[in-house]
Amino acid sequence: MTSNQFDRYAIRCLSSSSMPGPLHHPGYEDNKLQRVSKLLQCRDVQASVLLGLMGEPEQYSYPSIFIYGHRATGKSHVIHTLLKELELPYATLTCVECVSLGLLFEQILLSLFGPDSATLLSRSPSLSDFVRVYKQLCAQNSVKQTKYIVLDRAELLRDMEANLLPAFLRLQELVEDNVTVILLSEIVWDKFRPNTGCFEPLLLHFPDYSKDQLQQILSEDSHPSYSSELYSAFINILLGVFYSVCRDLRELRHLAALNFSKFVEPLENGKVTESETHKLWRNIEPHLKKAMQTVYLREVSSVQWEQHQQMAEKEAGAVRGLSAHGHVELPYYSKFLLIAAYLASYNPARTDRRFFLKHHGKIKKTNFLKKHEKTSNHLLGPKPFPLDRLLAIFYSVVDSRVAPTASVFSQISSLVTLQLLSQVGHDDQLDAPKYKCAVSLDFIQAISRTVSFDIVKYLYDFL
Amino acid sequence: MSTPSVSKGCFVFKPSAKKRKKNPTVEDYFTHGCEDMENSRLRFRTCQSLCEKMKTDTELLQDELNRNILNSLLEFIRKSASAFQRGTDDWGSRMRAHEIPTAALVLGVNVPDHNMTFQSLSDQVQQTVTPFVVSLQAKECSAVKELMQKVLERLMGTSVTVNDDDQGETEHCTTSIGQKRVHCSLKTLSDWYKTVTEKAYSGTPGKKRTSKREDVQPPIVVIFKDLEVFSPKVLQDFIVICSRYVEQLPLIFVFGIATAPSVIQHTLPHSVSSLLGIELFHSLSCTQHLATVIDQVILTSDFPFKLSGKVLQVLVSIFLYHDFSVRNFIKGLQLSLLEHFHSQPLSVLCCRKPEALGRVTKLSHQDVERIQQLSSFMRYVEQQGPQEQVELLTNDDHVKDVCQELLVDLHRYHKNYYPILRCLHVLTSTLPKYPLGKQIRELHISCLEKNVWENDEYVSAMTLLRMMAKEELVSALQKCSSILKHEKTKKMRAALLRLDDLIANFHKPDSVAETAAVVAITSPGRSLQKKTDLFQLQKSLLEMKESRRTKKMSQFEMLRDESLEFIDSLVRCHLAPPESQPLYEVCYYSSSAVLRRHLNATPRTSIQTALSNPYHYLKNENLRTEDGAFTSSAPDICIVYKLHLECGRLINLYDWLEAYATVVSAAEGKDPESADYGKVDELKHARFIQAVSELEFLGFIKSTKQKTDHVSRLTWGGC
Repeated sequence: MTSNQFDRYAIRCLSSSSMPGPLHHPGYEDNKLQRVSKLLQCRDVQASVLLGLMGEPEQYSYPSIFIYGHRATGKSHVIHTLLKELELPYATLTCVECVSLGLLFEQILLSLFGPDSATLLSRSPSLSDFVRVYKQLCAQNSVKQTKYIVLDRAELLRDMEANLLPAFLRLQELVEDNVTVILLSEIVWDKFRPNTGCFEPLLLHFPDYSKDQLQQILSEDSHPSYSSELYSAFINILLGVFYSVCRDLRELRHLAALNFSKFVEPLENGKVTESETHKLWRNIEPHLKKAMQTVYLREVSSVQWEQHQQMAEKEAGAVRGLSAHGHVELPYYSKFLLIAAYLASYNPARTDRRFFLKHHGKIKKTNFLKKHEKTSNHLLGPKPFPLDRLLAIFYSVVDSRVAPTASVFSQISSLVTLQLLSQVGHDDQLDAPKYKCAVSLDFIQAISRTVSFDIVKYLYDFL
Repeated sequence: MSTPSVSKGCFVFKPSAKKRKKNPTVEDYFTHGCEDMENSRLRFRTCQSLCEKMKTDTELLQDELNRNILNSLLEFIRKSASAFQRGTDDWGSRMRAHEIPTAALVLGVNVPDHNMTFQSLSDQVQQTVTPFVVSLQAKECSAVKELMQKVLERLMGTSVTVNDDDQGETEHCTTSIGQKRVHCSLKTLSDWYKTVTEKAYSGTPGKKRTSKREDVQPPIVVIFKDLEVFSPKVLQDFIVICSRYVEQLPLIFVFGIATAPSVIQHTLPHSVSSLLGIELFHSLSCTQHLATVIDQVILTSDFPFKLSGKVLQVLVSIFLYHDFSVRNFIKGLQLSLLEHFHSQPLSVLCCRKPEALGRVTKLSHQDVERIQQLSSFMRYVEQQGPQEQVELLTNDDHVKDVCQELLVDLHRYHKNYYPILRCLHVLTSTLPKYPLGKQIRELHISCLEKNVWENDEYVSAMTLLRMMAKEELVSALQKCSSILKHEKTKKMRAALLRLDDLIANFHKPDSVAETAAVVAITSPGRSLQKKTDLFQLQKSLLEMKESRRTKKMSQFEMLRDESLEFIDSLVRCHLAPPESQPLYEVCYYSSSAVLRRHLNATPRTSIQTALSNPYHYLKNENLRTEDGAFTSSAPDICIVYKLHLECGRLINLYDWLEAYATVVSAAEGKDPESADYGKVDELKHARFIQAVSELEFLGFIKSTKQKTDHVSRLTWGGC
């Protein structure tokens, strides 16, 4: 079959199965398929397309399928459920885990051919080793069913060896076996295509769940001791608050589980009955809004959030998130070094004379403004500066005489380690290293306030 | 090899001691160059014991200080572990996404200091919660592969040592590793973990670890010592991988953070940070830490060795201005201790009182002469009568007797000094604007430097104290009395009695006086309201002031003045600077310049000194010059350096060479009139090139492409 014919075949599959309905395929038992379709809510279309592509168990399938869609849109869930429930031979692995090629190959072989298979691989196998071993093992066992290799987070394959991705795309040809590689990723295929060209996989998109679908899926896991209507009402309120910021199913489920106890609190106390939804809404809504600012952003951990819920209302302000502690204590000279670095990063070097020389004369901003400098330097970001400029500014801003001791220089290195400064370009320390200041204006203002230094007066942008 | 330093630079690693045939002991180094061997041996031993004591004291102190945060961390780890074991029984935990419990530990900017905290953390976790603890440093984990390898190595390594008694287990572990290089994946780890925990569960019931059900699944604690330095990608990948195994492996992370917790949000995107359940832990700030160390080690009479004001100032300013490192502060303290014992022969007397008195009797004639030369002793001699003076200058035995008395006095002085210092601090530390300093060390330094009561700040503090409300004053005095309670000297006991007396008087009802005072305050207030004219107001205020001055003092005011006078007398009596005490040189180390040179090195200045004034280091009489002058016989690099100072940013190499040749010819004593004077021959050329490349190596110049045959200067400023 040429690839053209294949495309036509795929299109036929897509058009024939685009109608939502119970899954049906001649190759598999109906009760199995029913179980699958029960597990795969709101993903019937995609599941039936996949079933169509897979064909009957012993038919050859398309060599490679590329599935993409946002986080938590059910990509791996659909694939895994299908393969597992239909009892097909498959290997599934996440590329992030495969820190080396050997690990990747080993895991594929282990799950396809059993525990002893990996011993055939050499110490650090190449792709051709893998193909050789695969063929060898294939010849030994006589399974005729299509084997599936599912590679999750396939975008990481691009960073591995250059021949890996093209090889996986046409593995069927290479190993001469009935095998299909399924790639899962969050990004589109266009970003994958290598320069040298490659076999084009079939593309399958998993769209985001709509609000209704999310409602439907989330309502499934209702609390055993409460009615499913109540839980569904709760999910409705939850989605009303969170849908605009988060469509990640996993995260929403987590948030629902965290906040449900608060939702049913008035019911437990006997203050409200289940039917008074408005009262329940009034009770939970501000609470959810607060959750959006704290626990959703992981400012506080989920455990802390639950403890916080159990506390009385009056202590409610007690939980402080991670970003509330922005204050950094630094040694005195480090503060001034950081201030000097900030000034060097955001002021043009020409203006140093105006800020740090006593008799600079009157220079107005407009007079020495160059055309391209009209935009604020703060919008452009920090610029690199050489070490001696940093030290020159440092000596003029610090109020006392400072000896150029070793510890002043080591403080610069410390600031780099703390990621408050970043070193630019080459690592040659002898040859005039360059740095950039990596802190925000708010941060540096807080720092300069502690040493009573008015930094705004020295910044060219605020002149 | 690694160094704990944050700075970049060269570190010298001496070859291991085994290679050398005979290496001199530390004692030999210490006594080297001393005439009096016995004396210096004794000094060395005293110094060592004091050093040991200081080390153990500070370590204890640090443990004490860290205890709070360590306990809460341990509590967190235990809680998370038990939460994991509870498993997925109830609806809530089944629905919730599994987060990896993470403790964000904010430790302050001095990274080398953290090692001790982490060490004791992992020790304690290992002893009490779980044997599976891994500490990671950023520099050993530049890729996920290496990170994973380190985690696996250390975990599986520990299991081998933990199950030492279980022979079969050990063999199994080593063979599985030995047979085939295991792939560094968490799958391997989780398999291993399963076998280990199952073994432990089904193991003999007599074992401690298996006796409780809880201990069957000990958590795996991974400590990231310096989160800022880890590359974000490595960290993200590792967390993602771990989160996939969170149901099989009870992982717990500890992030060591030097700056602020918001760094987590900077390094990790939301998709990754949502996999963690982060709780925040703050350690004690390093300034508080330093305050405690000073309080326990310096402000105590138990420790015979003392620092002078200047030395303390140097140590504190290095801490505050440069590194915020308590460890370095203690190192500085130890260095000054060593310096003191090494440079001052009389420091042999710097020990506890009974020993010191014993050692006085054994002093040699030479030592007695040294005592007689001490400036504080000379001052003491001058105050004596003529007969006594002669005795003190001629009779060795008499000097020894006097010395014993003086040493006793010195010890008594210390015993009285510190309680009174603390009292004064308690009284003045709450005053607005802190005239005598917020920290007790500031007060201590100003007391060491001169008579504190002569300071303007002291006077203003006393005036402010006079304005204090009754409750505040009484509570401050009560604090003083509780400080004095622990002291045993006679004078302190007397002071305590007096103070308690005063406090009791404060508590006595003085209703009559109080009502009178109320009337006095309210009546002019009422009259004030009527007047609107500014001049009138001023006048009436003046009158009120006048009347108040003449008014009879209330009982409270009298008591207050009395108690403050008493405090003042105590201060004048006991807080005199140590210079006023004879023989203070025995205990006080005062060469701050030496300490500064050792601790706060100035490499740049040293290089410049060496180049512009070679005599300073070479001590060659030919090189000796008057200020600013320069001999042409100096080393080549010095001549080249001197010439380059006269140039601008770009230096023409040929001109430079010509100038160099002229200077060198002058040094060779050639006749200025002769033809080849200042001529460049091959030798001079080579010497010049060598000197220039040395200068380049030192970072003064570098080659440039801006202009041919030119080099650019990297330093600014000229001659």
